[in-house]
Amino acid sequence: MIANYGYTDGSGEYYIAINTDDCLECPQHLCVNACPKNIIEIIEDDYDDLVAAVKDESRKALKYICADCKPSSERPPLPCVSACPNGSLSHTW
Amino acid sequence: MAENKEFWRWTEYSWRDENKDWRGAAIITAGIDVGSVSSQAVIMADGELYAFNNTRTGSNSPDSANKAIEGALAGTGLTLENINFIVGTGYGRVNVPFAHKAVTEIACHARGANFMGGSEIRTILDMGGQDCKAIHCDEKGKVTNFKMNDKCAAGTGRGMEVMADLLEVPITEVGDLSFQVEEEPPPVSSTCVVFAKSEAMALLRDGWKKEKVLAAYCSAMAHRVSSLLDSVGVQEKFFITGGIAKNRGVVERLEKELGVKAVKTKIDSQIAGALGAALFAKTLFEKQQAKSVA
Repeated sequence: MIANYGYTDGSGEYYIAINTDDCLECPQHLCVNACPKNIIEIIEDDYDDLVAAVKDESRKALKYICADCKPSSERPPLPCVSACPNGSLSHTW
Repeated sequence: MAENKEFWRWTEYSWRDENKDWRGAAIITAGIDVGSVSSQAVIMADGELYAFNNTRTGSNSPDSANKAIEGALAGTGLTLENINFIVGTGYGRVNVPFAHKAVTEIACHARGANFMGGSEIRTILDMGGQDCKAIHCDEKGKVTNFKMNDKCAAGTGRGMEVMADLLEVPITEVGDLSFQVEEEPPPVSSTCVVFAKSEAMALLRDGWKKEKVLAAYCSAMAHRVSSLLDSVGVQEKFFITGGIAKNRGVVERLEKELGVKAVKTKIDSQIAGALGAALFAKTLFEKQQAKSVA
Protein backbone atom coordinates (compact mmCIF):
# COMPACT_ATOMS: atom_id res chain seq x y z
CA MET A 1 0.00 0.00 0.00
CA ILE A 2 1.21 3.51 -0.73
CA ALA A 3 0.26 5.59 2.27
CA ASN A 4 0.41 9.36 1.79
CA TYR A 5 0.55 11.17 5.11
CA GLY A 6 0.18 14.93 5.13
CA TYR A 7 -2.07 17.61 3.75
CA THR A 8 -2.77 20.23 1.13
CA ASP A 9 -3.42 23.81 2.12
CA GLY A 10 -3.41 27.20 0.45
CA SER A 11 0.40 27.22 0.34
CA GLY A 12 0.98 23.83 -1.25
CA GLU A 13 1.02 20.07 -0.93
CA TYR A 14 2.97 18.43 1.88
CA TYR A 15 2.91 14.63 1.88
CA ILE A 16 5.31 11.89 2.92
CA ALA A 17 4.60 8.79 0.85
CA ILE A 18 5.52 5.36 2.23
CA ASN A 19 5.22 2.15 0.24
CA THR A 20 4.29 -0.09 3.15
CA ASP A 21 4.60 -3.32 1.13
CA ASP A 22 8.37 -2.82 1.32
CA CYS A 23 8.28 -2.36 5.11
CA LEU A 24 7.36 -6.04 5.43
CA GLU A 25 10.77 -6.98 4.02
CA CYS A 26 12.63 -4.51 6.24
CA PRO A 27 12.67 -5.63 9.88
CA GLN A 28 15.27 -2.98 10.84
CA HIS A 29 12.90 -0.03 10.22
CA LEU A 30 15.88 2.29 9.83
CA CYS A 31 13.69 5.26 8.93
CA VAL A 32 12.36 5.46 12.50
CA ASN A 33 15.73 6.27 14.05
CA ALA A 34 16.93 8.31 11.07
CA CYS A 35 14.33 11.05 11.50
CA PRO A 36 15.83 13.81 13.70
CA LYS A 37 12.32 15.01 14.57
CA ASN A 38 11.14 11.53 15.55
CA ILE A 39 7.96 11.69 13.48
CA ILE A 40 8.07 8.14 12.05
CA GLU A 41 6.79 5.15 13.99
CA ILE A 42 5.99 1.49 13.38
CA ILE A 43 2.29 0.66 13.60
CA GLU A 44 0.12 -2.39 13.05
CA ASP A 45 -2.04 -1.40 10.09
CA ASP A 46 -5.64 -2.44 9.35
CA TYR A 47 -4.39 -5.62 7.70
CA ASP A 48 -2.28 -6.67 10.74
CA ASP A 49 1.07 -5.79 9.12
CA LEU A 50 3.83 -3.91 10.96
CA VAL A 51 4.62 -0.90 8.79
CA ALA A 52 6.16 2.57 9.01
CA ALA A 53 3.81 5.53 9.36
CA VAL A 54 4.03 9.23 10.12
CA LYS A 55 2.84 9.90 13.67
CA ASP A 56 -0.71 11.18 13.83
CA GLU A 57 0.21 14.34 15.73
CA SER A 58 2.77 15.33 13.08
CA ARG A 59 0.68 14.80 9.94
CA LYS A 60 -0.82 18.28 9.81
CA ALA A 61 2.42 20.18 10.40
CA LEU A 62 4.93 18.49 8.06
CA LYS A 63 5.82 21.71 6.26
CA TYR A 64 7.18 23.11 9.53
CA ILE A 65 8.49 19.94 11.19
CA CYS A 66 10.53 18.87 8.15
CA ALA A 67 11.79 22.39 7.42
CA ASP A 68 15.12 21.88 9.25
CA CYS A 69 16.01 19.02 6.90
CA LYS A 70 15.17 21.15 3.87
CA PRO A 71 17.37 24.25 3.77
CA SER A 72 16.66 26.48 0.79
CA SER A 73 20.18 26.03 -0.62
CA GLU A 74 22.68 23.14 -0.64
CA ARG A 75 19.99 20.76 0.55
CA PRO A 76 21.52 17.48 1.80
CA PRO A 77 19.79 14.14 1.18
CA LEU A 78 16.81 13.73 3.51
CA PRO A 79 17.77 11.40 6.41
CA CYS A 80 14.51 9.41 6.30
CA VAL A 81 14.68 8.93 2.53
CA SER A 82 18.38 7.95 2.62
CA ALA A 83 17.85 5.49 5.48
CA CYS A 84 15.25 3.40 3.67
CA PRO A 85 17.12 0.50 1.99
CA ASN A 86 14.21 -0.08 -0.42
CA GLY A 87 13.78 3.55 -1.51
CA SER A 88 10.18 3.37 -0.34
CA LEU A 89 9.90 6.74 1.30
CA SER A 90 9.53 10.05 -0.52
CA HIS A 91 8.43 13.64 0.05
CA THR A 92 6.19 15.58 -2.33
CA TRP A 93 7.82 18.96 -1.64
CA MET B 1 -38.57 38.11 14.08
CA ALA B 2 -37.24 35.99 11.19
CA GLU B 3 -37.58 32.23 11.48
CA ASN B 4 -34.24 30.59 12.23
CA LYS B 5 -34.11 27.84 9.61
CA GLU B 6 -31.22 25.40 9.43
CA PHE B 7 -30.77 24.94 5.70
CA TRP B 8 -27.75 22.67 6.16
CA ARG B 9 -29.75 20.10 8.14
CA TRP B 10 -30.28 16.83 6.27
CA THR B 11 -32.81 14.18 7.25
CA GLU B 12 -31.67 11.60 9.80
CA TYR B 13 -33.25 8.22 9.14
CA SER B 14 -33.19 4.46 9.68
CA TRP B 15 -33.67 1.60 7.22
CA ARG B 16 -34.32 -2.11 7.68
CA ASP B 17 -34.73 -4.98 5.22
CA GLU B 18 -38.24 -6.16 6.03
CA ASN B 19 -37.71 -9.39 4.07
CA LYS B 20 -34.86 -10.58 6.28
CA ASP B 21 -35.04 -12.13 9.75
CA TRP B 22 -31.82 -11.86 11.77
CA ARG B 23 -32.85 -14.90 13.87
CA GLY B 24 -31.81 -17.22 11.07
CA ALA B 25 -28.34 -15.68 10.69
CA ALA B 26 -25.20 -17.43 11.94
CA ILE B 27 -23.10 -14.26 12.25
CA ILE B 28 -24.43 -10.80 13.06
CA THR B 29 -21.95 -7.94 12.87
CA ALA B 30 -22.12 -4.18 13.13
CA GLY B 31 -20.05 -1.25 11.94
CA ILE B 32 -20.20 2.19 13.56
CA ASP B 33 -18.80 5.15 11.68
CA VAL B 34 -18.54 8.20 13.93
CA GLY B 35 -17.64 10.94 11.49
CA SER B 36 -17.01 14.61 12.12
CA VAL B 37 -20.46 15.60 10.84
CA SER B 38 -22.56 12.42 10.62
CA SER B 39 -22.59 9.01 12.31
CA GLN B 40 -23.85 5.75 10.88
CA ALA B 41 -24.50 2.29 12.29
CA VAL B 42 -24.84 -0.69 9.94
CA ILE B 43 -26.00 -4.15 10.99
CA MET B 44 -25.22 -7.11 8.74
CA ALA B 45 -26.61 -10.63 8.97
CA ASP B 46 -24.31 -13.26 7.45
CA GLY B 47 -22.53 -10.56 5.44
CA GLU B 48 -25.73 -9.10 3.99
CA LEU B 49 -27.04 -5.63 4.74
CA TYR B 50 -29.85 -5.89 7.31
CA ALA B 51 -30.37 -2.47 8.91
CA PHE B 52 -28.74 0.93 9.24
CA ASN B 53 -29.14 4.34 10.80
CA ASN B 54 -27.75 7.67 9.64
CA THR B 55 -27.66 10.46 12.19
CA ARG B 56 -25.94 13.76 12.99
CA THR B 57 -22.76 13.59 15.11
CA GLY B 58 -23.08 15.58 18.31
CA SER B 59 -20.39 17.03 20.53
CA ASN B 60 -19.79 13.68 22.25
CA SER B 61 -18.55 10.70 20.17
CA PRO B 62 -19.78 7.92 22.53
CA ASP B 63 -23.26 9.50 22.59
CA SER B 64 -23.28 9.73 18.80
CA ALA B 65 -22.25 6.07 18.52
CA ASN B 66 -25.00 5.07 20.96
CA LYS B 67 -27.59 7.13 19.09
CA ALA B 68 -26.59 5.55 15.77
CA ILE B 69 -26.71 1.95 17.01
CA GLU B 70 -29.98 2.52 18.90
CA GLY B 71 -31.49 3.87 15.68
CA ALA B 72 -30.32 0.84 13.71
CA LEU B 73 -31.53 -1.63 16.35
CA ALA B 74 -34.95 0.04 16.78
CA GLY B 75 -37.80 -2.18 15.70
CA THR B 76 -35.59 -5.17 14.87
CA GLY B 77 -35.86 -7.01 18.18
CA LEU B 78 -32.05 -7.17 18.20
CA THR B 79 -29.97 -6.03 21.16
CA LEU B 80 -26.24 -5.32 21.38
CA GLU B 81 -25.80 -8.75 23.03
CA ASN B 82 -27.03 -10.44 19.83
CA ILE B 83 -24.25 -8.86 17.78
CA ASN B 84 -21.17 -11.09 17.50
CA PHE B 85 -18.59 -8.44 16.62
CA ILE B 86 -18.62 -4.64 16.32
CA VAL B 87 -16.02 -2.46 14.59
CA GLY B 88 -15.75 1.27 15.11
CA THR B 89 -14.41 3.56 12.40
CA GLY B 90 -14.24 7.24 11.45
CA TYR B 91 -12.96 10.28 13.27
CA GLY B 92 -14.44 9.05 16.59
CA ARG B 93 -13.59 5.36 16.14
CA VAL B 94 -11.62 5.04 19.37
CA ASN B 95 -14.58 6.46 21.30
CA VAL B 96 -17.16 3.82 20.41
CA PRO B 97 -17.73 2.28 23.85
CA PHE B 98 -19.19 -1.05 22.66
CA ALA B 99 -16.79 -1.72 19.73
CA HIS B 100 -14.46 -4.72 19.83
CA LYS B 101 -11.94 -3.11 17.48
CA ALA B 102 -11.24 0.17 15.67
CA VAL B 103 -10.30 0.22 11.98
CA THR B 104 -9.40 3.35 9.98
CA GLU B 105 -12.08 4.89 7.80
CA ILE B 106 -9.78 4.61 4.77
CA ALA B 107 -9.79 0.80 4.95
CA CYS B 108 -13.52 0.73 5.77
CA HIS B 109 -14.55 3.00 2.88
CA ALA B 110 -12.58 0.85 0.44
CA ARG B 111 -14.24 -2.31 1.78
CA GLY B 112 -17.68 -0.67 1.78
CA ALA B 113 -17.28 0.65 -1.77
CA ASN B 114 -16.20 -2.81 -2.91
CA PHE B 115 -19.45 -4.22 -1.45
CA MET B 116 -21.65 -1.43 -2.83
CA GLY B 117 -20.10 -0.95 -6.25
CA GLY B 118 -18.64 -4.41 -6.93
CA SER B 119 -15.18 -5.96 -7.11
CA GLU B 120 -14.27 -3.92 -10.22
CA ILE B 121 -14.10 -0.67 -8.20
CA ARG B 122 -10.50 0.58 -8.15
CA THR B 123 -10.72 4.27 -7.20
CA ILE B 124 -12.80 5.66 -4.37
CA LEU B 125 -13.38 9.27 -3.50
CA ASP B 126 -14.74 9.73 0.01
CA MET B 127 -16.14 13.22 0.39
CA GLY B 128 -16.68 13.36 4.11
CA GLY B 129 -17.98 16.03 6.44
CA GLN B 130 -14.61 17.58 7.21
CA ASP B 131 -12.11 15.73 5.06
CA CYS B 132 -11.66 14.26 1.65
CA LYS B 133 -9.89 11.03 0.68
CA ALA B 134 -8.74 9.53 -2.60
CA ILE B 135 -8.28 5.76 -2.29
CA HIS B 136 -7.16 2.98 -4.62
CA CYS B 137 -8.10 -0.60 -3.80
CA ASP B 138 -7.77 -4.10 -5.24
CA GLU B 139 -10.53 -6.54 -6.20
CA LYS B 140 -11.04 -7.50 -2.55
CA GLY B 141 -11.43 -3.92 -1.38
CA LYS B 142 -7.96 -3.82 0.20
CA VAL B 143 -6.36 -0.37 0.08
CA THR B 144 -3.36 -0.08 -2.28
CA ASN B 145 -2.87 3.70 -2.20
CA PHE B 146 -4.49 6.59 -0.35
CA LYS B 147 -4.21 10.30 0.11
CA MET B 148 -6.38 12.39 2.36
CA ASN B 149 -6.75 16.04 3.18
CA ASP B 150 -8.27 16.97 6.50
CA LYS B 151 -6.57 20.27 7.07
CA CYS B 152 -8.90 22.32 4.92
CA ALA B 153 -12.70 22.34 4.66
CA ALA B 154 -12.70 23.12 0.92
CA GLY B 155 -14.09 20.07 -0.85
CA THR B 156 -15.96 18.75 2.17
CA GLY B 157 -19.56 18.38 3.25
CA ARG B 158 -19.21 21.05 5.90
CA GLY B 159 -18.16 23.53 3.22
CA MET B 160 -21.34 22.78 1.28
CA GLU B 161 -23.42 23.18 4.45
CA VAL B 162 -21.91 26.63 5.04
CA MET B 163 -22.87 27.65 1.50
CA ALA B 164 -26.41 26.22 1.82
CA ASP B 165 -26.95 28.24 4.99
CA LEU B 166 -25.55 31.42 3.45
CA LEU B 167 -27.78 31.15 0.39
CA GLU B 168 -30.78 29.85 2.37
CA VAL B 169 -31.13 26.80 0.15
CA PRO B 170 -31.96 23.38 1.67
CA ILE B 171 -28.85 21.22 1.36
CA THR B 172 -30.77 18.53 -0.54
CA GLU B 173 -31.71 21.03 -3.29
CA VAL B 174 -28.24 22.47 -3.86
CA GLY B 175 -27.29 20.05 -6.65
CA ASP B 176 -30.40 20.52 -8.79
CA LEU B 177 -30.47 24.30 -8.31
CA SER B 178 -26.82 24.61 -9.36
CA PHE B 179 -27.80 23.50 -12.88
CA GLN B 180 -30.44 26.21 -13.28
CA VAL B 181 -27.96 28.59 -14.94
CA GLU B 182 -27.72 29.72 -18.54
CA GLU B 183 -23.99 29.17 -18.67
CA GLU B 184 -21.43 27.77 -16.25
CA PRO B 185 -19.88 30.60 -14.18
CA PRO B 186 -16.18 30.59 -13.20
CA PRO B 187 -15.56 28.71 -9.93
CA VAL B 188 -15.22 30.59 -6.63
CA SER B 189 -12.17 30.11 -4.38
CA SER B 190 -11.34 26.43 -4.09
CA THR B 191 -8.72 26.73 -1.39
CA CYS B 192 -10.70 27.93 1.61
CA VAL B 193 -14.37 27.79 2.68
CA VAL B 194 -14.07 31.05 4.62
CA PHE B 195 -12.76 32.87 1.53
CA ALA B 196 -15.32 31.12 -0.68
CA LYS B 197 -18.10 32.35 1.61
CA SER B 198 -16.80 35.94 1.47
CA GLU B 199 -16.53 35.65 -2.29
CA ALA B 200 -20.09 34.29 -2.55
CA MET B 201 -21.40 37.23 -0.50
CA ALA B 202 -19.63 39.66 -2.83
CA LEU B 203 -21.12 37.92 -5.86
CA LEU B 204 -24.63 38.17 -4.37
CA ARG B 205 -24.05 41.89 -3.83
CA ASP B 206 -23.01 42.12 -7.47
CA GLY B 207 -26.43 40.77 -8.44
CA TRP B 208 -25.62 37.08 -9.04
CA LYS B 209 -28.58 34.74 -8.50
CA LYS B 210 -28.31 32.01 -5.86
CA GLU B 211 -28.30 29.38 -8.59
CA LYS B 212 -25.26 30.95 -10.23
CA VAL B 213 -23.37 31.18 -6.92
CA LEU B 214 -24.19 27.54 -6.21
CA ALA B 215 -22.94 26.56 -9.65
CA ALA B 216 -19.70 28.46 -8.99
CA TYR B 217 -19.26 26.74 -5.60
CA CYS B 218 -20.11 23.22 -6.86
CA SER B 219 -17.63 23.79 -9.68
CA ALA B 220 -14.92 24.92 -7.22
CA MET B 221 -15.53 21.87 -5.05
CA ALA B 222 -15.34 19.52 -8.05
CA HIS B 223 -12.07 21.16 -9.09
CA ARG B 224 -10.65 20.87 -5.60
CA VAL B 225 -11.34 17.14 -5.22
CA SER B 226 -10.29 16.38 -8.78
CA SER B 227 -6.82 17.76 -7.91
CA LEU B 228 -6.61 15.31 -4.99
CA LEU B 229 -7.75 12.46 -7.24
CA ASP B 230 -5.31 13.43 -9.98
CA SER B 231 -2.43 13.21 -7.54
CA VAL B 232 -3.09 9.48 -6.98
CA GLY B 233 -4.56 8.88 -10.45
CA VAL B 234 -8.06 7.76 -11.37
CA GLN B 235 -8.36 4.10 -12.28
CA GLU B 236 -11.72 2.81 -13.44
CA LYS B 237 -14.07 1.88 -12.03
CA PHE B 238 -14.63 4.92 -9.91
CA PHE B 239 -16.94 5.22 -6.88
CA ILE B 240 -17.89 8.14 -4.64
CA THR B 241 -18.81 7.73 -0.97
CA GLY B 242 -19.90 10.24 1.65
CA GLY B 243 -22.71 12.76 1.74
CA ILE B 244 -21.51 14.84 -1.22
CA ALA B 245 -22.06 11.80 -3.46
CA LYS B 246 -25.77 12.72 -3.21
CA ASN B 247 -25.11 16.19 -4.66
CA ARG B 248 -25.34 15.92 -8.46
CA GLY B 249 -24.10 19.49 -8.77
CA VAL B 250 -20.66 18.35 -7.59
CA VAL B 251 -20.73 14.77 -8.89
CA GLU B 252 -21.62 15.64 -12.50
CA ARG B 253 -19.12 18.50 -12.65
CA LEU B 254 -16.45 16.21 -11.21
CA GLU B 255 -17.26 13.48 -13.75
CA LYS B 256 -16.93 16.06 -16.52
CA GLU B 257 -13.59 17.32 -15.19
CA LEU B 258 -12.19 13.78 -14.82
CA GLY B 259 -13.79 12.40 -17.97
CA VAL B 260 -14.95 9.37 -15.96
CA LYS B 261 -18.45 8.38 -14.85
CA ALA B 262 -18.87 7.29 -11.23
CA VAL B 263 -20.58 3.96 -10.50
CA LYS B 264 -23.97 4.57 -8.85
CA THR B 265 -25.87 2.28 -6.45
CA LYS B 266 -29.18 2.41 -4.63
CA ILE B 267 -27.47 2.05 -1.24
CA ASP B 268 -26.96 5.33 0.63
CA SER B 269 -23.42 6.53 -0.10
CA GLN B 270 -23.11 7.89 3.44
CA ILE B 271 -23.08 4.40 5.01
CA ALA B 272 -20.03 3.13 3.05
CA GLY B 273 -17.66 3.49 6.02
CA ALA B 274 -19.98 1.77 8.52
CA LEU B 275 -20.76 -0.92 5.97
CA GLY B 276 -17.05 -1.57 5.48
CA ALA B 277 -16.62 -1.70 9.26
CA ALA B 278 -19.38 -4.31 9.54
CA LEU B 279 -17.64 -6.38 6.84
CA PHE B 280 -14.33 -6.09 8.73
CA ALA B 281 -16.23 -7.20 11.86
CA LYS B 282 -17.38 -10.37 10.09
CA THR B 283 -13.84 -11.22 8.97
CA LEU B 284 -12.43 -10.53 12.44
CA PHE B 285 -15.13 -12.63 14.12
CA GLU B 286 -14.47 -15.54 11.77
CA LYS B 287 -10.72 -15.26 12.50
CA GLN B 288 -11.46 -15.26 16.22
CA GLN B 289 -13.67 -18.34 15.85
CA ALA B 290 -11.04 -20.17 13.82
CA LYS B 291 -8.41 -19.41 16.48
CA SER B 292 -10.61 -20.66 19.32
CA VAL B 293 -11.31 -23.93 17.44
CA ALA B 294 -7.58 -24.42 16.79
